[in-house]
Amino acid sequence: MIINHPLLGPRDSQEFVYLGDASLIDRPDWQAEGAVDAFYEYLYQRENPAGLHQELWFHEQGDRSWLVVTRNTLTHEITKVELARDVARSRGRSK
Amino acid sequence: MADHRLKPITQLGGDTPRKDSFPGLTISERTDTALASLSARQGKPAQFQATAKAFFGFDLPGAGRVATGGVYTAIWTGQDQWFIEAPFASHEDIAPILKKGFGDTASITEQTDGWGGFDLQGQGCITTLEILCNLDLGKMAADSASRTVIEHLGCILICRETGQHYTVYGGRSSAASLHHALVTAARSAL
Repeated sequence: MIINHPLLGPRDSQEFVYLGDASLIDRPDWQAEGAVDAFYEYLYQRENPAGLHQELWFHEQGDRSWLVVTRNTLTHEITKVELARDVARSRGRSK
Repeated sequence: MADHRLKPITQLGGDTPRKDSFPGLTISERTDTALASLSARQGKPAQFQATAKAFFGFDLPGAGRVATGGVYTAIWTGQDQWFIEAPFASHEDIAPILKKGFGDTASITEQTDGWGGFDLQGQGCITTLEILCNLDLGKMAADSASRTVIEHLGCILICRETGQHYTVYGGRSSAASLHHALVTAARSAL
C-alpha cells in the first residue's frame, strides 16, 4: 500500500505506523459540563464504517509527521492524505 | 586540571576512520562533522526565519531538501525541524554556538555523538543503496535528504551529488550494524 505523503510524495506504508480513528484529534475539554460522558465516548466509542474512514498514521521512518488518511475500508483505496496538524488547526485547535 | 587519559575513537571503535573500497564505490566513516538538531519554536515563525537567514546566510531548506552555505549545511528532517552539520574541528560545541544565535526562537540539541555517518562515493552508489532502502534513488536530486530504513535501522540518507555521493547517518550505537549492511550490499552489488 502506498501513502501519498502531502510533503514527501508517495511512500511505502511500511514506513508508517497506524494509530486508529482520526476522531482522536477531537479530545474533549476536561473542564466542560459532562466531561465524564464526553471522555467515555472519546476513549471507548468508535465508528466502524464499511467505506470511507479517516485514520491517523505516523510517518515514523520518515519525517515523523502525523497524517490523517482517508481510506476506504472495503477497497483499501486511499482518497485523501492530509497533515494532521492542518486538520487539527482547521477544527480550531491551536497546536 | 585532571589528567584525563582519554583516547578519541571513531563510531566503529577504531583510531582512524575506516575506509572500504569496492569497484566503483568507496565507503568511508565520517568523523569530521558536528551535528545538532534545530527546531523552530511555536509562535515566532517570522522571527525564526529571519534569525536563520541572518545566522546561516541562507534560507533553511523546505521539505526533503538540503541547503549549504559557508561552514553550515542544513538538512530538513521534518516540519520546522532541521539537522545542522558543521566541521567538527571548529564547531565541536555546535549546540551552544547555535543557541547563541537563535535564542528562544528555536530549540537546539546536540546530536554529534548520537549518530554515526558514512560517506558513499562513486558510480556504484545507487546499485548499492537500492538494495538497502526503498527510496526512489534515481529521482533523488542533489541536495535532497530523507529519513529511511536501512537494515531495520532508521537512517537519514543525504544525496550530495546524484549517483555519485551520498551520506548515511544512523544511530551511533548501531553504527557497526549499519556499516556491515553497507559493506555486505556493496560486495553483493558490485
